[in-house]
Amino acid sequence: MTRRAREALLGYALLVPSAIVFAWFFFYPLYRLFVMGLHQQNRTGTAERWVGWSHFGDVLGGEQFREGVRITGTYVLYTVPLGLVLGVLLAVAANRRLKGIKVFQMIFSSTIASSVAVASVIFVVLLNPQIGYFASVKMFSLSDPDTALRGVALSSVWQNLGLTFVIVLAGLQAVPDEVDEAATLDGYGPVRRFFRVTLPLISPTLMFLAVVLVIFALQAFAQADILTQGGPLGSTETLVWKIFNSQQPVDQGTGAVMAIGLFGITLVVSLAQFLILDRRVHYGN
Amino acid sequence: MSEVAFDGVTKRFGDVTAVDQLTLSIRDGEFMVLLGPSGCGKTTALRMVAGLETVTEGTLRIGDRVVNDVEAKDRDVAMVFQSYALYPHVTVAKNIESPLVARRFDTGDGSPRKLTSAERAERVTEAAAALGLTDLLGRKPAALSGGQRQRVALARAMVARPAAFLMDEPLSNLDAKLRAQTRIELVELHERLATTFVYVTHDQVEAMTMADRIAVLSDGRLQQVGPPQAVYDRPHNLFVARFIGSPPMNTVPGTVVRSEGATSVRLGGQSIEVEGLAAEPLADGTEVIIGVRPEDLVVDAAGQVEAEVRAVEWLGHERLVVCDLAGHQITIRQAAGDDPVATGDVLPLTADPAKVHLFDPDTTERLN
Ligand SMILES: Nc1ncnc2c1ncn2[C@@H]1O[C@H](COP(=O)(O)OP(=O)(O)OP(=O)(O)O)[C@@H](O)[C@H]1O
Ligand SMILES: [Mg+2]
Repeated sequence: MTRRAREALLGYALLVPSAIVFAWFFFYPLYRLFVMGLHQQNRTGTAERWVGWSHFGDVLGGEQFREGVRITGTYVLYTVPLGLVLGVLLAVAANRRLKGIKVFQMIFSSTIASSVAVASVIFVVLLNPQIGYFASVKMFSLSDPDTALRGVALSSVWQNLGLTFVIVLAGLQAVPDEVDEAATLDGYGPVRRFFRVTLPLISPTLMFLAVVLVIFALQAFAQADILTQGGPLGSTETLVWKIFNSQQPVDQGTGAVMAIGLFGITLVVSLAQFLILDRRVHYGN
Repeated sequence: MSEVAFDGVTKRFGDVTAVDQLTLSIRDGEFMVLLGPSGCGKTTALRMVAGLETVTEGTLRIGDRVVNDVEAKDRDVAMVFQSYALYPHVTVAKNIESPLVARRFDTGDGSPRKLTSAERAERVTEAAAALGLTDLLGRKPAALSGGQRQRVALARAMVARPAAFLMDEPLSNLDAKLRAQTRIELVELHERLATTFVYVTHDQVEAMTMADRIAVLSDGRLQQVGPPQAVYDRPHNLFVARFIGSPPMNTVPGTVVRSEGATSVRLGGQSIEVEGLAAEPLADGTEVIIGVRPEDLVVDAAGQVEAEVRAVEWLGHERLVVCDLAGHQITIRQAAGDDPVATGDVLPLTADPAKVHLFDPDTTERLN
């Protein structure tokens, strides 16, 4: 065997463990999902029959899925822009050389340490229609189908804020002081400096964050489940919530197809991410 | 065009005193170089002029205006940073145009106003042409060489015709050849613009070749100000004597000998004549530091002192002879064509009495 061939063989050998893990936990479940989507079970789950690919068309074009996409899409619009703007504001406020600024940076980033469940419980206390402190705030009322999704979104924004803050802060700290000082000497005040210099220079960071937050929002489930159980009137039934609640044997095929649909949406967003991050300007020196 | 004047200016960062009681007046249109070793406070002094650092004590004037409390954007100065600090996300043209966008300019009809985009474009074209950047206007900074970026930074600085140019080691990121060429271009630019330049460097060659006057700083304190040749010829203290000149001035301890108007200092068992010493009120036996530049030591059969050759370094056009003089290492600079010398030779040396410097070993101040 040539040295080259030996090295190649060793390389593949080293890939085997991760390939096994991937096959076991990803490719096989995905395959099972397709199989489930192609069959329909009876009420008790004791028998199933082939329903074929037309089932995919029925479910993905159906009322349920379209409603889930609409709610999830609205959820993306509620959480991503607001989360980004708040994260940038906090990071800009905390990005200065002041005594004790580390304390503020720690406070602002602290929600990183909380889980979705913790965040949701906190917002139950705040927004619950019966016992919440802010139950009377109509804008985020969880008992009104028109506003419940906003309340759920608010808890997500809060929970993701720590991560957004930390990443934006890192981006801001990578902007050379001298470039900002040059803009000062060029006659620009703080606001114009922010829009002319800082924002463009951290735009790759913001782009990355936007994609991450979109994917988070597409996967939103626990916050809706804990805060509103999908209600009122199904107004907070996100895609994952609908998938999770398709557990009756008779619904499982539908759930599987919706899961594949969500996978497709997420895949498209991720591909867009790669394209954007690949094409983004490299500001190296 | 403006004068820039420091009057007792001090800058402290916590308990670090970066600039200590600096009093220095930079004339209108002058090319002033702030020279000193790393950490001596050059950058801090420059940044105070720019308005990027506040003044802790003292007053700072630009023109006839005290600027201690004037914001950076209202000071009418331009700065070239060591890193150039170009805007990476916009083209060269936009970079150069940047100082023209926000400010108001007096275009001759009395009241200052914003420039129209045509006027801005004209000024950008003009500045780009002056620095040979015309073909690069559409590029982004990442697509430029180091020398080109440096010229973009210069163009951006000159486009608004500021009262003063501030430059912080603008050549330090260039290779040796480009640096030598850019030095000449900067001097030409200064002559063309006839504007005050304040130029910070730790490189004495840059200081000597470009400056109208040099201000030597050490530990935040001004050591000496003067034209390059004057600073070189008559350093005010040991720091300046040793800092300027390469290889540095030879400095060895000695003792003043005064007898019947004889003007000499003694080191080891040998003595050197010094001009001007007779007039100095130095008592017989005073300890001094004797300083002689390497090129001022001449091998001469009638030499007053003898030194033993330790090593000879050939530099092509000249050679440096490292010798032992009464236990101290000294360096002599000779032309390549001078009589050959070899390790172990004992050389009789003289020095022009006018070119021997004496310093107080305690205060390090010049004595003659
Ligand atoms: N923002 C700051 N905070 C604290 N100390 C500072 C700050 N800026 C400068 N200093 C200190 O002030 C002193 C002078 O610094 P400065 O940058 O002016 O030196 P310099 O002469 O420009 O040196 P170099 O040649 O290395 O650039 C140094 O001791 C430096 O550590
Ligand atoms: Mg410096």
